[in-house]
This record gives sequence, structure tokens and C-alpha cells, in this order.
Amino acid sequence: MDPVVLSRWQFAITTVYHFFFVPLTLGLGWFVAILQTQYYRTGDETYKKMTKFWGKLFLINFSMGVVTGIVLEFQFGMNWSEYSRYVGDIFGAPLAIEALLAFFLESTFLGMWIFGWERLPKKVHLASIWLVAIGSNLSALWILIANGFMQHPVGYVINETTGRAELVDFFALIGNPKAWLFFWHTITSGFATAAFFVLGISAWHLVRKQNEDLYKKSFQLAAIIAVISITLVGLIGHTQGQELVQTQPMKMASIEALWETEQPASFSIITIGDLTGKNLVWEWRIPYALSFIACNNFSCEIRGVNEIQAEYEALYGPGDYIPLMVITYWSFRFMFGASLIMVALAFYALYLTVRSWPEKLSHPRWLKWMVPAIALPYIANSSGWILTETGRQPWIVQGLLKTEQGVSTAVSPAWILATLLGFTLLYAALMAADIYLLRKYAMAGPDAALQESEDSAPELVGGQD
Amino acid sequence: MTTEFLQILWFILIAVLWIGFFFLEGFDFGVGMLLPFLGKNDHERRAIINTIGPHWDGNEVWLITAGGATFAAFPHWYATLFSGFYPALFFLLVGLIIRGVAFEFRSKDANPKWRSLWDWCIFTGSALPALLLGVAFANFSKGMPIDADMQYTGDLLTLLNPFGLLGGLVTVAIFLLHGIIFLSLKTEGDLLERAARQAGKVWIVVIVLTALMLVATYAYTDIVRQLGINPGLVPIASMIAILLAGLFISRRQYGWAFAMTGLTIALTLITAFMIMFPRVMISSTNPEYSLTIYNASSSPYTLTVMSIVALIFVPIVLAYQIWTYYVFRQRVKADPKTLTY
Ligand code: HDD
Ligand code: HEM
Ligand code: HEM
Repeated sequence: MDPVVLSRWQFAITTVYHFFFVPLTLGLGWFVAILQTQYYRTGDETYKKMTKFWGKLFLINFSMGVVTGIVLEFQFGMNWSEYSRYVGDIFGAPLAIEALLAFFLESTFLGMWIFGWERLPKKVHLASIWLVAIGSNLSALWILIANGFMQHPVGYVINETTGRAELVDFFALIGNPKAWLFFWHTITSGFATAAFFVLGISAWHLVRKQNEDLYKKSFQLAAIIAVISITLVGLIGHTQGQELVQTQPMKMASIEALWETEQPASFSIITIGDLTGKNLVWEWRIPYALSFIACNNFSCEIRGVNEIQAEYEALYGPGDYIPLMVITYWSFRFMFGASLIMVALAFYALYLTVRSWPEKLSHPRWLKWMVPAIALPYIANSSGWILTETGRQPWIVQGLLKTEQGVSTAVSPAWILATLLGFTLLYAALMAADIYLLRKYAMAGPDAALQESEDSAPELVGGQD
Repeated sequence: MTTEFLQILWFILIAVLWIGFFFLEGFDFGVGMLLPFLGKNDHERRAIINTIGPHWDGNEVWLITAGGATFAAFPHWYATLFSGFYPALFFLLVGLIIRGVAFEFRSKDANPKWRSLWDWCIFTGSALPALLLGVAFANFSKGMPIDADMQYTGDLLTLLNPFGLLGGLVTVAIFLLHGIIFLSLKTEGDLLERAARQAGKVWIVVIVLTALMLVATYAYTDIVRQLGINPGLVPIASMIAILLAGLFISRRQYGWAFAMTGLTIALTLITAFMIMFPRVMISSTNPEYSLTIYNASSSPYTLTVMSIVALIFVPIVLAYQIWTYYVFRQRVKADPKTLTY
């Protein structure tokens, strides 16, 4: 087996898995912090219950984020050691800073928050959850700075004697516009993920008329966050598309399955390629639309795959510089399609909220659809990253190092295969346990979450010896 | 600042991160290994977990930071080590994964089978990483096959040599003792008595193993030939500390005993790093092929940037971590009324 293929699968599986948990942590942390602040200010027990309930789900999710993250931190060295040698000078710095600035903060204060309910002064306890939210979002920033470099290298020179990339401008690295676009898109999508999570679970209880007061309040807050965040995600995504035309035109062209350069460029509604993804079979496109998306006008030129391929061959030597188009193309459409549904649902949720559930609306017909809608941001998040990362191929660092050059040479393919299977199976088992617990606590409602931490709730945690 | 100064500084900083990690995670690994044996019922087990509950993740970040700092300051060290020790690291990760989720998942379901499953995950996830880290550090000081391209050429079995395994056992034993003493400081009543009773026995095992290790270190490593820095009295001092720990255990002065096991851990690691210096990965194939702080490091620019960041943030992190131990300084009662689940 080819170690490159195996390592790519391994990295893809472990990161997508990690990112399954990350967005909810990013958004729900703020949500819990807001609720606890309300409790602190008003002393209203409902807010305490809300804090505990959503906090419990936050914790179950958080722990999975933590354990899947450690794997990634090690994996650059384990599977991509030649990559690590090549860019370590630059890439290692944000990673180390992330640990020092963000991981210590979030992990330490999360411990304070979990165990500090009765022990810490109220103000300090409240501050802990805010620090957790800040810490996890800071961690996103630093890791995205690292990833931004891989997509759009800045602030470096190639040292001719060592053949490695070296950092020359730290501020260029952390000011990388690519990284900041990633950051805002990811943070707002984290908010959207949390909002839909809260909307869905609240709707589930509201349909059953349980704890209506508490879940209406949650629903209202989440509806507002959903509308704002989903709008921002879209706007920032649009900006990212424009930036792609400049920095990664090949990614843009393959998102759109645009083979030949067009001016004005058309947007693909459906394109069917053959199985290699490299030949066109049938397509249906809207004229002018892509020019508008990419440049905010109806006339600009968007370069097609073939032209860019020829340019790259001239620049970097012979080779295939086209990413796997079936994936880039469809993952974008999954993300975009999910966004459209989310926009509709977010405004519907807001509408329900603004009408403040007058009696005849107490059984809103569409409410139950908010439950399966929890899946939408997850689909968008995963496909967004799959798009971002596969669209960069064959590069591991755009224009500098190819993925196949980055793989570890000291590791035997048999071990990569074994660990690929090992991680996948372990993750599958943990995922099952995680979903079981999330479901259980989500459905059990606030009392279970409350009791559990104050005394031994008999049927849930069992005081039995 | 000269490049060499920065390289030495980062070698020391990484050593400090590892020492911090072994000192802190050392007792929570120890507590984790004791969990299924010391806790007679569910409350006691929960109480045992709660002694480390607020701290274990913060402690683990010391490891992540050590990894990140190695990556940033010595990319070749990071690359050679992590790709070379691939299978061992896989098992280490599996251990850390099952342990990390177990703390959170364990009490979320009342089924006794569910709970005992996660208790054993905590046990395995503490014992296995402790063993592997010990094996790794023994091999760091002994040296391992590395070729001219800085690539590790051995396999998992190369690491599991007698000296490596002895290092693993010593680490497990010291962590156990460190954990028992921590529990003696943090629990009360029955649990405390039971923990205290084990301390003496484990101490004897530790003494025997560390004495063996001391002798083996002279036999297996180039500690004597190593002219960079002579570790001199450091290994002896670590032996004295562990002897003193026994004295304090017998007098039930657990605070002092804890300080002594901590000191032993720190001094043992310092010995290992002194043997290595200025090398970071010792090649047994050919001394010329060793990775050193000079040929494995980042550029002076990166090292400078990282030094500034570390200078500002390490004290802050230390301050709030110490504060958390102060906040949770009371003993944990195995009483369902007061336990946090
Ligand atoms: C946009 C956000 C984001 C992205 C792209 C990544 N992570 Fe992550 N990571 C987080 C956001 C995050 C987080 C929100 O901060 C987590 C998730 C849950 C948590 O506990 O913290 C986290 C946890 C987490 C941890 C555990 C920290 C602890 O023990 O407290 C590590 C070591 C990593 N991550 C490392 C990585 C690496 C090496 C990545 C690159 C492939 C990566 N993460 C991608
Ligand atoms: C958490 C969100 C992320 C997800 C879901 C994700 C997903 C993926 C996927 C699907 C691939 C495989 C692409 C392919 O082989 O075609 C990949 C590759 C890669 N990604 Fe990410 N990625 C994420 C974040 C990051 C970040 C933040 C970094 C760096 C800091 C990173 C570094 C890499 C590397 C080194 C590869 C190379 C391996 C490869 O090409 O397969 N990723 N990622
Ligand atoms: C109209 C809506 C959207 C547009 C136009 C859009 C656009 C984009 C683009 C162009 C990228 C690739 C960026 C790059 O590789 O440089 C991207 C990535 C991504 N998208 Fe979206 N997106 C939209 C909605 C969403 C939604 C609703 C979510 C999740 C809730 C989401 C999550 C992500 C994620 C996680 C990534 C990977 C990280 C990143 O590249 O920033 N997107 N998006």
C-alpha cells in the first residue's frame, strides 16, 4: 500500500472527526456563558437550569474534542515528518502558541467551572466559563493561522542551503488574510452549529410541551444567534470565494467545474463528469452568475482548469495540478445547499420567536423539523473543510511542497494501515457512546442535569454502591 | 542573543515542560492506576477521580505544549522522534483518548457495567502511557539507531530493550507512589487509610527499581563518557530524595513525601536531559548522525519570536495553574451529598 494514500486517509478521517466536535464547542461555549451571565445578573433559577442543561451537553461534546485533538497535534510528526522538517520553522510556532495561550486556558478553567459551582465565588465561577469560550476560540485562531500558511504561504523565505522554509516575518504570518477569513467563517459557523443544536433540542421539548419556559427562552436566544450567524457565514464565505480567485484559482475553478476560462463566467447548477472527475459529460449553468459571485460584477474573467494547469506546468514542471473535482465540486454544493435550508429555518425560527408563540401558534407545524435540522451545520462544516483541504491538492503547502513529499519516510505502511484501522474503530466506538449520552441528556431535560451535580440523582447517576 | 544561547534556552524550556508534565500528570496517572483497586464502592471511586478531576486536562496540556514547543524550536527532533516512535505513540494516544473521555463519560450512566468499563479505561489509559513514556525516556538517554538522514531505522522492538523496559517500570512505579501520596493528601477517612497502607509497600518496589536503574544507567548510557555536562551528583540526589520520601511516609508527613517523590521525578528527568545534551536524539548507529540542538533547530528568528511569547505567557499560565491547586486544596469526601459528578 502507498504510505501517502494511507496517511492521507488517516489524516482526513482524524481531522474530520475532530472537527465534528469543534464547531459546537466554539459556539456553545459562548451560549452557556451568556446564560450563566443572565443567571448571575437576575438570580433567576430558570437561567441556572439552562446553564446546567446546555453546559452538560457542552461538556460531553468538549471531552471528545479534547481527545481527538491530541492525535492531530502528534500526527504532523508521525505521518508527515518530512512536511514537519520543511515547514517546522513556521508552522510549529502557531501550534506551540496555541497550546500555551489557548489550551492551558480552556482546559484549566473548564476544570474550575465543572468543579467550582459551590467552591468558587460566583463572579470567578462565571469568569471561568467566559475564559473557556475565549480559550477555545483563541485556539481556533492559532490553528487556522497554521492552516492559513499551508493554503497561502506568507512571511517566509526558502533557505537554499538547508532547503527548508524559514520564517522571516511573524506579523505577516499572523496577519495572513487567508487565516482571518478562515477564522471568521469558522467562528460564525461554530455559532450557527450551536444555534441549530439549541433550536433542535428545544424544539423537541417544546413539541412535547416539557419545560416550556426554559426551552422557549433557549429557542429565542438561539433563533437570534442563528439568523445573525448564518448571514455572516454566507457573507464571509462569499468573500472567501473572491479571495480564492486570487490565491488559489485552481481551487475556485474546480469548485465550479469550470474547464475553460470564461468571461463573463457562468455558475454551475449541475455538472456531471465521468468517474475520473476530469472529463465533462453534461452540465447546466447560469450565465454571469460566477463572475458576480467571484468579483461582484457581471463581467470579470474566471480562469478555467485547463489554463491554470498549463500555467502550473510551466511554473512547477510537469504533473497533475487538478484536485479531485468530484469532491471539491460536490462538497461545495453540500455546504451551499445546507446553508440555503439553514437560512430559511433560521428566519422561520425568528418569526416564531417574534410572534412570541401566541396561543394559536403554540403548536407550530414546522417546529418538529428543527430537530433533524441539527444535522445541517454538521454537513456544511465537514464538507467545507473537505473542500478547503482537497481543493489544495496536490499541494500540502500551496506552491511549495507536494503532499507526497511531506509523508514520513521512517514509518512502514503496515503500521499506518494498522493505526488507520485502529483509530477509525476506536473513534466509531466512542462516537456511539458520545451520541448515546448526548441523546440521553438532551432528552432527559434540565432536572437530570441539575440533580446530577448536586446530589446523586437516583436513576441517572445511581448512588448505589 | 546568539543562536547558540537560544538553542540552549529552548532545550532547557522543553526539558522544563517535560518535567512539569511528569510531575503533574505523574500523580494523576498514579491515581488513575489506583482507581479500580483502592475504590471499594462507587462513591469512593468518584471521590478518587474528583481529586484529579479539575486538574488532569490542564496537566495533559503540558505534554501537548512540550510537543508543540519541540515542533517549533527543533523541527527535526519533532519529525524524527514522532515518525520514529510511531507505533509506541499510537498506543500512547489510544491510552490518552480512552482515559480522557472516561473521566467525562463514566458517571453519565448508572449501569455498573458501564462504570466499570470506563474505570478500566482510566486504569489502562494511565498505566500504558506511563510505561511508554518511561520506555521512551530510557531510550532517549541510551541512544537509538538513526541514519545519516536523521531517520530512525529501528522498530517498536528496538525500543523495548531491557534498559527501555526498566525505564518504563521505574516510571510506572514512581507514578504509582506519587499518586498514592497525592491521594493521602487529598482524601480522608477509610480511603485515606487504605491509600496510606499501600504507600510503604510501593515505596519498597520503587527503591529496588530505581537502584537497578541507577546502575543500569552507568552501564547502558554514555553518562561517564559524556563530556558536555557531567550530571555528577544529580542522579545521586534523586536517589536520596526517594529515600527521604520513605522516611516521610513512615512519619505520615505526606506533604513532604509528595515533595520528595516530585523531586525524584524532576531529578531523574534532569539526569536524562543532561546525558542527552547537547544532543536531542542520540544515534547509536554513528555518533556523527545524532541530532543536536545545533543541527535540529529552527532559525534564530523563530527562536526569538518563541522566546518572547514564552517569556510573557509561561508565567501567566504557571500563576493560574498554581491558583487552581490552591482553590481545590481541601480533601475530597467520599460522600454523595458533596461529590461533584
Ligand atoms: C476551528 C477550530 C479548530 C481546528 C481547525 C482544529 N481545532 Fe483542535 N480544538 C479546537 C479547535 C480547533 C477547540 C475548539 O479549541 C477544541 C475542541 C474541543 C476542545 O476541547 O477544544 C480543540 C481541541 C484540541 C486539542 C486538545 C486540547 C486540550 O487538551 O484541551 C488539541 C491538542 C488540538 N485541538 C489540536 C488540533 C490540531 C493539531 C489541529 C489541526 C489539524 C486542530 N486541533 C484543528
Ligand atoms: C478541523 C478541520 C479540518 C478538517 C475537517 C480537515 C480535513 C482534511 C481533509 C479531508 C484532508 C485530506 C485531503 C486529501 O487528502 O485530499 C486534509 C489534509 C490535510 N490537512 Fe486538514 N482539515 C482540517 C484542518 C486542518 C488544519 C487546521 C491543518 C493544519 C494546521 C490541517 C492540515 C492538513 C494536512 C497537513 C493535510 C495533509 C494530508 C493530506 O493532504 O491528506 N488541516 N485535511
Ligand atoms: C452561502 C454560504 C457559504 C459560502 C458562499 C461559503 C463559501 C466557502 C468557501 C469558498 C470555502 C473555502 C475557503 C477556502 O478554501 O479558502 C468555505 C469553507 C468552509 N465553509 Fe463555507 N460557505 C458557506 C456556508 C457555510 C456554512 C453554512 C457553514 C457551516 C455552518 C460553512 C462551513 C465551512 C467550513 C467549516 C469551511 C472550512 C474552513 C474555511 O475554509 O473557512 N460554510 N466556505
